[in-house]
Amino acid sequence: MSEAPLLEVSSLVKTYRLSGVGPFARRNVRPALAGVSFSIEHGRSFGVVGESGSGKSTLARIALALDRPDAGVVRLDGRSLFDLPARELRAMRVQMQMIFQDPYGSLDPRQRVERIVAEPLAALGRTTGAERRARVAASLEAVGLKASDALKHPHEFSGGQRQRIAIARALITRPRLVIADEPVSALDVSVQAQTLNLMSDLERDAGVTFLLISHDLAVVAHICRTTAVMYRGRIVEIGPTQALFSSPRHPYTLELVDATPRLDRPARVEPPPALPDAPADGCAYAPRCPYASAPCLDRVPTLAPAGEGGRRAACFFPLA
Amino acid sequence: MTSPARFRLRGGASLWLGAALVAALIAAAAVSLVWTPYPPTAIDIPHKLAPPSAAHWFGTDNLGRDVASQILAGSRISILVGVIAVGIGLAFGIVLGLVAAFSKGLIEDGIMKLSDFVFAFPALLLAIMLTSTFGPGVVNAIVAIGVYNVPIIAKLTRATANGVLSREYALAARAAGRGPIAIAVDHVLPNIAPALIVQATIQFAIAILAEAALSYLGLGAQPPETSWGKMLADAQNVLYNAPRLALYPGVAIALSVLGLNLLGDGLRDALDPKLKARS
Amino acid sequence: MLLEVADLAVDLVTPDGWQRVVDRTSFSLAEGESLGVVGESGSGKTMTALALMALTPEGARVSGSIRFEGRELVGLEEEEMRQLRGDRIAMIFQEPMTALNPLHSVGAQVAEPLMLHRGLGKRDARERAVQLLERVRLAEPERAARSHPFALSGGERQRAMIAMAIGCSPRLIIADEPTTALDVTVQARILALIDGLRSESKMAVLLVSHDLAVIAGHCERLIVMYAGVIMESGPVETVLREPRNPYTLALLEARPRPGAPRDERLKTIPGAPPAQHEHRTGCPFAGRCALTVPICRTTPPPETQFGASHMSRCHRAAEVGFTR
Repeated sequence: MSEAPLLEVSSLVKTYRLSGVGPFARRNVRPALAGVSFSIEHGRSFGVVGESGSGKSTLARIALALDRPDAGVVRLDGRSLFDLPARELRAMRVQMQMIFQDPYGSLDPRQRVERIVAEPLAALGRTTGAERRARVAASLEAVGLKASDALKHPHEFSGGQRQRIAIARALITRPRLVIADEPVSALDVSVQAQTLNLMSDLERDAGVTFLLISHDLAVVAHICRTTAVMYRGRIVEIGPTQALFSSPRHPYTLELVDATPRLDRPARVEPPPALPDAPADGCAYAPRCPYASAPCLDRVPTLAPAGEGGRRAACFFPLA
Repeated sequence: MTSPARFRLRGGASLWLGAALVAALIAAAAVSLVWTPYPPTAIDIPHKLAPPSAAHWFGTDNLGRDVASQILAGSRISILVGVIAVGIGLAFGIVLGLVAAFSKGLIEDGIMKLSDFVFAFPALLLAIMLTSTFGPGVVNAIVAIGVYNVPIIAKLTRATANGVLSREYALAARAAGRGPIAIAVDHVLPNIAPALIVQATIQFAIAILAEAALSYLGLGAQPPETSWGKMLADAQNVLYNAPRLALYPGVAIALSVLGLNLLGDGLRDALDPKLKARS
Repeated sequence: MLLEVADLAVDLVTPDGWQRVVDRTSFSLAEGESLGVVGESGSGKTMTALALMALTPEGARVSGSIRFEGRELVGLEEEEMRQLRGDRIAMIFQEPMTALNPLHSVGAQVAEPLMLHRGLGKRDARERAVQLLERVRLAEPERAARSHPFALSGGERQRAMIAMAIGCSPRLIIADEPTTALDVTVQARILALIDGLRSESKMAVLLVSHDLAVIAGHCERLIVMYAGVIMESGPVETVLREPRNPYTLALLEARPRPGAPRDERLKTIPGAPPAQHEHRTGCPFAGRCALTVPICRTTPPPETQFGASHMSRCHRAAEVGFTR
């Protein structure tokens, strides 16, 4: 086990300026990430759970260095990605790859599967045609497809198979970290199961560690040992996944757990909130929180220890 | 039985019909380089306005010139106009459009505003301005039409390129470490090609019509050169005596435009991998 | 019985010929009842919902019988069907962004069915629209009515669509994946809203979803569809506690269970759903089903009854075990 964490993210801040209005409209900014920090160890897949507006997709893009943060550091194997010169950053991309949500949009419809799966090899420098074909075949077989599928086009495959192609593409450079942004949301339940099993197997056999982003708690719980819950650009709770979902400390985590439809009990729902607009100061969740009180509106809570196993919650009154 | 497929030409009919018409156009031009029934500029006043006969398949015009020969020779001009004008449009338009799509921000805005500026001039007015500044003649007319094509292609390229760049496979390519040029060549161009092809065939057809209009105004082909547009213009003078003289160039233009549009549709479908799989 | 569907079949025209996407399904719905339709993609569940409203696409052929309030809908003139839509039967769609016209205000769209079916004037209809928006618990209903769809969040748009649907107090609401595109907390609230409206006004709800847990939480009865065929139907509790069809069981077992050990492999269904143009005899699930025997491939399975209203289409229904 190496000393440096596989991925280390510190104090990431990212704000999007909504375009179009003149230099005097300061209010047209959308904070996507308001200070996010966590680290992922080799071999311990990490989950990020959040709904729309939580900043999870922005986090995925910045972690992969596809977008620059306004502040903060991203370190892969100890090396700070945004301080690297372009050529070295390209070389680092061998170690980190991504799987996207939409199996229909993440593959170029005009290319054959072989070219699609081989694309990340371009970052490795020159490879011969034979080498490429061999690696593509190996990658396809590792995800349960056939080497002959390399000659087909994406539209000849079902959604689940396309997602496998996307996984094959992500694995071809034998990366250590794979960021999966909602990898199974667009798939049918039975196909989800196949894909999740595949990801578990790859974690075990190919030494891949996943950063799995999803809105679905059960999906994250299946693969990830540690999970962070995000709300409006901040991590509100982080800790071992099982404990996190069986006894949440942050009210938002509780709301997520209660709202998730389950077969054994109906979803529990609180009365709708008054106005879910983020306040200027104070906890972003306070307007929705049934336990909120005065201190929650004054200061933003930071992550503080709230239980064993490294559990932390950003709440002044964590649940027992 | 209602079939939604009923309203499309079955199979590759568009492609074949279009290709046939365009091939005929090219053949006419090629043949005219080495042979025409009569020299197209040979004036023969005693036989002016002759109806179609064995000697003159389409008859003669008001100066006794053989109409069939003029149609053949005129096809050269039409092709020249189309190819060069569309070529100019594609060459500059694609580059500008791609630069706009990849650069975003001020550069993108700048290019689009410039396009809007050129676009705002009525095409014909632009052509008239250019030809009156630089002199009339086919070449200048072609350049004028070409200039007009650039913003059209640039805007289309930018819009479709943005569409491609917003897809996740473009993001995946960036994640794989590919640079903007590689993405433009490998992902953007192949995916915007169908839209560009269709637009190019439309612009080709418009170019032929525009040349006809310019020649009509006396700004295109100058005597003794002849083009289909010029033939239309000349026919106007003798419309009551011999309306057929307007018919021949008119039909030639119409068939060429139809052929190009069909070819464009057919090519776009033929290049779509999803439709290819069905055959 | 508010709705009685018998032998409903929908065929779609494809370049390879007619393709049957809903295969002689039969079910019924009483006043105020809620029925869930569960299936994966290709199961025919959406096409069933569309057929009830005669909204199937060009090139679709609907046969069988749909009796609504005693009246036969199959073959009804479009003009008469249009009078029913929005008035007696309403539909809520999956994507509120595309189901609402981006160019008109929300209030105008909610008011539209009222003007159309109830003959209200524009001012009255707009007032009523604001009341409806309040009934669906939109904060600031007047502001929402004046806004355009893009100004509202996904959950708010869905509430607006529900307001539009309930405006004329329909007897039946068909909800096709109404919450799939929404965040889970928003989904929970929207489903609770639909439940509340149903009990307030005794509307029947037909809820179509791929999510078994959603159906479980909000429906009294359910039908499970696969490749156009109803594999199992019955009261929700009974079917989920004791499924009698291997497909239902497989769906239950494929869900990752919160709280299950992390390394437990999910039970998957081998193979893939039947491709579009494959002709089949026998049971559509044959081959993928763990209990397949030769008869499954040759003979369509019979309806086997378990108790009053629990039906399973399976040759070996009695042997389906439940290992939870």
